[in-house]
Amino acid sequence: MSILLDRDSRVIVQGITGRMARFHTKDMLNYGTNVVGGVVPGKGGETVEGVPVFDTVKQAVEATGADASLVFVPPPFAADSIMEAADAGIRYCVCITDGIPAQDMIRVKRYMYRYPKEKRMVLTGPNCAGTISPGKALLGIMPGHIYLPGHVGIIGRSGTLGYEAAAQLKERGIGVSTSVGIGGDPINGSSFKDILQRFEEDEDTHVIAMIGEIGGPQEAEAAEYIRDHITKPVIAYVAGLTAPKGRTMGHAGAIISAFGESASEKVEILSAAGVTVAENPAVIGETIARVMEAA
Amino acid sequence: MDIHEYQAKEILSNFGVAIPSGALAYSPEQAAYRARELGGDKWIVKAQVHAGGRGKAGGVKLCNTENEIYQACDDLFGRKLVTHQTGPEGKGIYRVYVEAAVPIDREIYLGFVLDRSSQRVMIVASSEGGMEIEDISADRPESIVRSIVEPAVGLQEFQAREIAFNLGLEPRLIQQMVRTLQGCYAAFSELDATMVEINPLVITGDDRVLALDAKMSFDDNALFRHPQISELRDKSQEDPRESRAADRGLSYVGLDGNIGCIVNGAGLAMATMDTIKLAGGEPANFLDIGGGASPERVAKAFRLVLSDDNVQAILVNIFAGINRCDWVAEGVVQALRELDLDLPVVVRLAGTNVEEGQKILAKSGLPIIRASTLMEAAERAVGAWKNDLTQGTKMRAVK
Repeated sequence: MSILLDRDSRVIVQGITGRMARFHTKDMLNYGTNVVGGVVPGKGGETVEGVPVFDTVKQAVEATGADASLVFVPPPFAADSIMEAADAGIRYCVCITDGIPAQDMIRVKRYMYRYPKEKRMVLTGPNCAGTISPGKALLGIMPGHIYLPGHVGIIGRSGTLGYEAAAQLKERGIGVSTSVGIGGDPINGSSFKDILQRFEEDEDTHVIAMIGEIGGPQEAEAAEYIRDHITKPVIAYVAGLTAPKGRTMGHAGAIISAFGESASEKVEILSAAGVTVAENPAVIGETIARVMEAA
Repeated sequence: MDIHEYQAKEILSNFGVAIPSGALAYSPEQAAYRARELGGDKWIVKAQVHAGGRGKAGGVKLCNTENEIYQACDDLFGRKLVTHQTGPEGKGIYRVYVEAAVPIDREIYLGFVLDRSSQRVMIVASSEGGMEIEDISADRPESIVRSIVEPAVGLQEFQAREIAFNLGLEPRLIQQMVRTLQGCYAAFSELDATMVEINPLVITGDDRVLALDAKMSFDDNALFRHPQISELRDKSQEDPRESRAADRGLSYVGLDGNIGCIVNGAGLAMATMDTIKLAGGEPANFLDIGGGASPERVAKAFRLVLSDDNVQAILVNIFAGINRCDWVAEGVVQALRELDLDLPVVVRLAGTNVEEGQKILAKSGLPIIRASTLMEAAERAVGAWKNDLTQGTKMRAVK
C-alpha cells in the first residue's frame, strides 16, 4: 500500500509539450509510472515520448481512463488547468507550477467545493516537487533514485529539503511508503493535516515525518490534529530558525507574520503535541531511525 | 510589492473610499505650495516610506503655517527614517504627502488580509484604531471584529453592516462604513492585493468616515495582469541587492553574518542557514538559485553574494532534482576563475549527475573545499572561516 499514488495510477501530464514537462515525463516513464497521456489545448493528436496528446482533460480521461494528473502549466493558466482536471473526474492532481497568484488559488479551492467530498479531486501543491511512492510510481520532478521503498511517510513543504531527508534515510537503509510535497505557497491544495490523516489510515506507513518551515498556521494546526487523532509516531523538522521576521524567504508562504509562525514557536507547539523534533536538518534521518527502533 | 501611502489612498479613493484632501511633494518649496493649494490652516506632512511606525519615528508632522511646512520638509527630505519596521539602516525620504488636517472624533482599525487558515480573505477591524494591530490583539483582544469573505460572491452588504454595528457605529454612519468596506474589498480582489490596512480610519467631528492612513501590498505573482500597479514600484525603498537579485530571477535576503550561502530550494536554503548557525557560524544571506540553474545563473549568484562586504566564506549547497550537479559545478568553476577570489569556498553537491559535478570540480585545480553532507559542509565552511581569521589573512581581492 501507499497513499495517493501507486502502480495502477493512470497519469496524464497537463502542459506536456513544454521543455521541462517533456524531460520529466520521460523521467516518470523511466521510473515505471503509468503515464497514459498529455493535454495541451490545440495540440491534440501529437505524441510526446510515445504518449498521446489531447486537447482537453475530458477527452484524455475518456480515451485513457486517466485518474491522476501532473500540472506543468505556466502560472497565469495553471489555476484554470487544475479546475479543468477537477471537472473531468481526475482523482488526484499534483501542481508543480511556482508563481500562481494567491487569489487564483482561493478560486480553485472554492471551485473544488462544488463537488461532493467523495467525488472531490485531491490536490497537492502548487509550488511543490510532487509525490512519489518509491518502487511504484512518481508524479513529480524529484530524483527517484534517492528514495528506497519502505515504511516512512514523508510530508514536506520544500522540495529539495525533502530530498535531503530522503537521502539521509537511504544512507541508513530506511525506505519511504510515500513522500508528498504540499508546496511552499500560502494557499495550497492539501495541508499537513490532510496528508497526516491519509498516512494514519495507510497500513504500509509505520512512522510519519513532517518537514515544515516558517510562516503560516499549518504546522500548528497539524500539531493539534496529531495530538487528538494520530496514533503513529511523528517526527518533525522546521526550517528557518535563523530566518528574520517579516521577510519572505523564497517560498511565497515562508514569512513570519504572526505568533506561532516562527520556527522556534512551531517546534515548541509540535513538541507539546508529542511530536519528536529533529533539532537540525543534519539529524532528520538519525531522528527517524531512533524513533523507528523504539517503536 | 509594497506601495506608498499616497498611492494606496489614490487607489482606494477610486474604489469609493473617502480620504482627506492631500497632495504629493518632492521638495520643501513644493510642499508649502501644495498646502496653499489645499487651503485650511492646519496640515499634516507625512514622509512617504515603505514602512509602518512613521509617526513614532518622527516622519509625520503637524504644521500650522507654510513656514512650518517648509521647516518640517527641510528636516525630512534626504534623511533615512528608522522605524520599528525598517531595521537600523532605515528608509530614504524622497517624497512627502501634505494633507489637510481633519477634526478626529474616533479612530478605527481596518485590515484586509489573506487568511491562511480559512484560505480566504479576512477582514479584521477594531474600535481601538491608531494602535498597531499586534498591540490591539495583546491589550484589547475583545475589541477585534473578524469576518471572512466567501470568494464566489464577494463581500456582502450584511457582513459590512455587521462589522459596522459591532464596532459601535451609530446608524447614521453605517452607510459610509459599508461603502468603505466594500471599496476596500473591491480594490483587494480586483487588484490582487495581499494586504489593505487603514489605520486609522477616522470618524470626523462632522460625521465623515475618512481613511487617514492607508497601506497596500500586492501579490508579486499577479503583477503580470496589473501593469498599472507594477509602475508604482519604488526601488529607492528596496534593498538594492534584493532588487538586483529579483531582476535576475534569484531570491535573496541579506542577513548580518559572514558565511555567504548559495543553495537551490527555499527550504534547503533555510536549513543550510540553520546548520551554519549550529556549526558556530552566522549566515550572511538567504539565497535560492531556483530550479534549472545554468552555469551563468550560478556565476551571477556568486557575484551577488560577494556584493556583501561582510562575506568571508562561501558555502554552495545543491541537492539537484530539477537541477544538474554538472551545470552547477561548471558555474562554480566559471565564477571562481572570473572573480579571482581569495576566500574559502565549500561546495556540497548531491542528486542528479553528482559524479560528473565532482569530476568537474576536481579537474579544475581550484582550491575548492568539497563536502558530502550538509553538516560536513557547514562545519568546513565555518572551520575555514575561523582558520582564516586566526591566521589574520586578508581574504578579499574580488571584482
